[in-house]
Amino acid sequence: MRRVDSDMEREPRSVTGVLPDDRDVLTVDRMGIAVRDLSLVTDVSLRLRPGERVGLIGESGSGKSLTALALMGLLPEGLRATGSIRLAGVDRDLIGASEREMSRMRGRQIAMVFQEPMTALNPLMRVGNQVAEAMLLHSTRPDKASAQRAAVELLDRVRLPDPANAVKAYPHQLSGGQRQRVMLAIALANDPELLICDEPTTALDVTVQAQMLELILAGVEERGSALLFITHDLAVVATVCQRLLVMYGGRIVEAGPVHEVFTRPRHPYTRGLLDASDLEATDPRGRLHTIAGTVPAAGRFPVGCVFRNRCPREPEEAKVMPGWTGDETRGFACWNPVPYDD
Amino acid sequence: MSAESTGISAPQLPAVGAEEPPRTRRRRLNSSLIAGAVLVGLVIAAALLSFVWTPYDPTHVDSSARLEGFSGEHWLGTDKFGRDTFSQLLVGARTTLFVGVVAVGVAAVVGTPLGIFTGMTRPWLGTGLTRLSDLLLAFPALLLAIMFGAVFGASTLTAMVAIGIATIPAFVRITRGGTMQVMSTEYVLAARAAGRPRFWIGVRHVFPNILGLVIVQCSVSFAIAVLAEAALSFLGFGTRPPTPSWGRMLQESQEFLSEAPRLAIVPGIAIALAVLGFNLLGDGLRDRFDPRLEDRR
Amino acid sequence: MTDAMTKPAASPGPQSADAPLIQVRDLHRVYTRSRTSLLKPPGQVHALRGVSFDIRKGERFGIVGESGSGKSTLLRLLCGLDTATSGSIRFGGQEIVGKSERQLKFLRKELQLVFQDPMSALDPRMRVRDIVREPLLGQRHPDPVGRVKELLTAVGLPPDAGDRFPHQFSGGQRQRISIARALAPQPSVLIADEPVSALDVSVRAQILNVLADLVDEFALTLVFVSHDLSVVRHVCDTIAVMHNGQLVEVGPTEKVHNASAHPYTRRLVAAIPTIRRALAGVGAADLARGMVDAGHDPTDTDRDEVA
Repeated sequence: MRRVDSDMEREPRSVTGVLPDDRDVLTVDRMGIAVRDLSLVTDVSLRLRPGERVGLIGESGSGKSLTALALMGLLPEGLRATGSIRLAGVDRDLIGASEREMSRMRGRQIAMVFQEPMTALNPLMRVGNQVAEAMLLHSTRPDKASAQRAAVELLDRVRLPDPANAVKAYPHQLSGGQRQRVMLAIALANDPELLICDEPTTALDVTVQAQMLELILAGVEERGSALLFITHDLAVVATVCQRLLVMYGGRIVEAGPVHEVFTRPRHPYTRGLLDASDLEATDPRGRLHTIAGTVPAAGRFPVGCVFRNRCPREPEEAKVMPGWTGDETRGFACWNPVPYDD
Repeated sequence: MSAESTGISAPQLPAVGAEEPPRTRRRRLNSSLIAGAVLVGLVIAAALLSFVWTPYDPTHVDSSARLEGFSGEHWLGTDKFGRDTFSQLLVGARTTLFVGVVAVGVAAVVGTPLGIFTGMTRPWLGTGLTRLSDLLLAFPALLLAIMFGAVFGASTLTAMVAIGIATIPAFVRITRGGTMQVMSTEYVLAARAAGRPRFWIGVRHVFPNILGLVIVQCSVSFAIAVLAEAALSFLGFGTRPPTPSWGRMLQESQEFLSEAPRLAIVPGIAIALAVLGFNLLGDGLRDRFDPRLEDRR
Repeated sequence: MTDAMTKPAASPGPQSADAPLIQVRDLHRVYTRSRTSLLKPPGQVHALRGVSFDIRKGERFGIVGESGSGKSTLLRLLCGLDTATSGSIRFGGQEIVGKSERQLKFLRKELQLVFQDPMSALDPRMRVRDIVREPLLGQRHPDPVGRVKELLTAVGLPPDAGDRFPHQFSGGQRQRISIARALAPQPSVLIADEPVSALDVSVRAQILNVLADLVDEFALTLVFVSHDLSVVRHVCDTIAVMHNGQLVEVGPTEKVHNASAHPYTRRLVAAIPTIRRALAGVGAADLARGMVDAGHDPTDTDRDEVA
């Protein structure tokens, strides 16, 4: 169990602090999330400009979903966030903001699409009303009638067939893919500056996924919104995002443009992940490449480098948490990165 | 799936894929179990004590000491016949326990297997039996008790069996629902694929997984049984006077509610505490036997 | 990469037996919905519409389909856990359709299932050793305890795993337990229903390797069902593609994937994002467009969901 205060004494900064910039949509500076004295996410910094599409990759236990929830102020009871989160158009820091202040922002400047289309919609409310409600809550439409008209239009933009009738449907009358589109419509209803998607297509069929991804991209492009796309699927991230962050053990271990990171991954975890996900790359026996060992439970990562006991290249220095090599746009946290002949 | 395993009741999603075991829900410190056990223990203690000692004979009528308040001689006062309230309370505890155990016992022992059966058998048979059970539900329990009393002679036992029978439908409903849910899981499918015969699936898979429901239903039915006994005693079809019973004490107190409210309050509190105790005990036991809550961090 | 390089040399060729091990002919399964109106008859869902195919001994047979394709229904029928409305399934020459539970007892030994959801596939109230042992109860085994230990080791779990409960294990470990359970009665056929769909990428690789090792070691016939064509392509030598209750295509893996005869299959292949394609510039819009080129109708977003 690592204690938060002793972390600060022993470790260097993992990412050079990120200073807010007027042009940014989102600036996260050294955010941490802890429960009691257990650290779940440490030292996460990132910056998004308008229109940028950034991916956050990680597997279960990496802290990526908690990070998304922290941005929305939706952390479960007992979890505390530290550090700083600044959103364009909002004066105060999101960390420490009251529930009332956060609820004013959610669905307005910052919106989220969740994974499970079955449970994210109210089963007792017609979908048109749910979309309209998103607008009425934030008064982005003057009255009920115009909100309902806007709802029809939004459903049309997410390509629900026969939107005029679709608004009257209840969620259970729609398929999974259709429900996900409704969720997207709700999220985009108020033209948010930032759209966060947390595994939005994981539960969908492949053909439905392709359409959904296209809709998400079209939606953010139209509005000039920034996109933070969270997933464990490397291929999806490669298809959708311009740059990405790799999380493991509650930390960002590598960051950079998609092309760079996927062709020359420096961190052994990224390398391992790419190898494991490549179903066409097998050893002579036909077996896939794997990462040795298993992900430790949340908060129980090893002292020092979080990837220590699974790393094929574990060096002596791994007893201490590695600092960040590189800058904001391209870097990694590793003592013994994967080498390439340059 | 992407939620983290944090050991707190996670907001939505289970930690699928995490290679280390998810931290289980932090177990409520056995407060339920302890509190419930204490309260139920008190009732049992009172009942046991009453076999050995009571301050007065609870059936002894003393016209000179009618409706007395709390005093050194009569700690909780006396009722309209001059009978000592505290002694009645102690002996009444026996009735309460008897009532609860017999009624709930009958209902659970008959209703649970029946409910499981309806949940596992062919749909038409299951539905048909449930409808029959519902018919029983519609039948007033008191009427049933009266009929039993007329046929078998009125006594605490016949009243309790009657109430137990009237409570069977509640158990059937609840176990049927739980059974159907368990039957739709993949592990039951796996059991069938493994060749386990239906009956043993009921025993080995269904029953342990609905036990929690049964326990909770028992504690709920206990409360109802105790209050039903009160009504029956009042009508003369339950515990016959002069055998003390909390329920009857409650009924008899209504006559003097304005003059001596303590006659209602004392047995009322006793019943309430007993019911609370069984509820808490039920919750605590249910949690205690759920293996998912066994690990502490 | 040719088959010879990706599949281990030890796998028995599909031509090792004369008659196919499993023969399915014109299988239909119609579900009747519960009655919603007193006057009109209840609606029907035609989950399987005349499916026919063969599986040979030792083959790795993949079934690919999206939701509503009927693949889950097909699985249950193959295992004798559900009855077909019409059609025939022969296992080793013996007919399965319409048989009673007692008559299907042989199937319980020969054919075992690994399920998708590691959460609900194991009884939360049973210890792991009892779970793994369950298939052995119907048969007299000389040493069930030893067998359980053997199986747990074979799937890469620690020996004390048997004493614990399912919730104490992670998703990948639970899948290993499921696999151990499936192998207990020494079946000849292993049916895996989306065994890795709910797992993280790195765990998926481990479990697929474990499966491959065991299939080789015990010379099993494998039926692998998934919605993920890439995974099926990696695992299987033959692929069958299902859509709307029908088998639209069946053939050797590479042919189905690269030179498919059927528009639905081509659509499916076109929709799959891969890192290689993404790095080559294929974006989301291209994926969707690629599907249209392969014959997809973008206005078709409705689907009748079937188990």
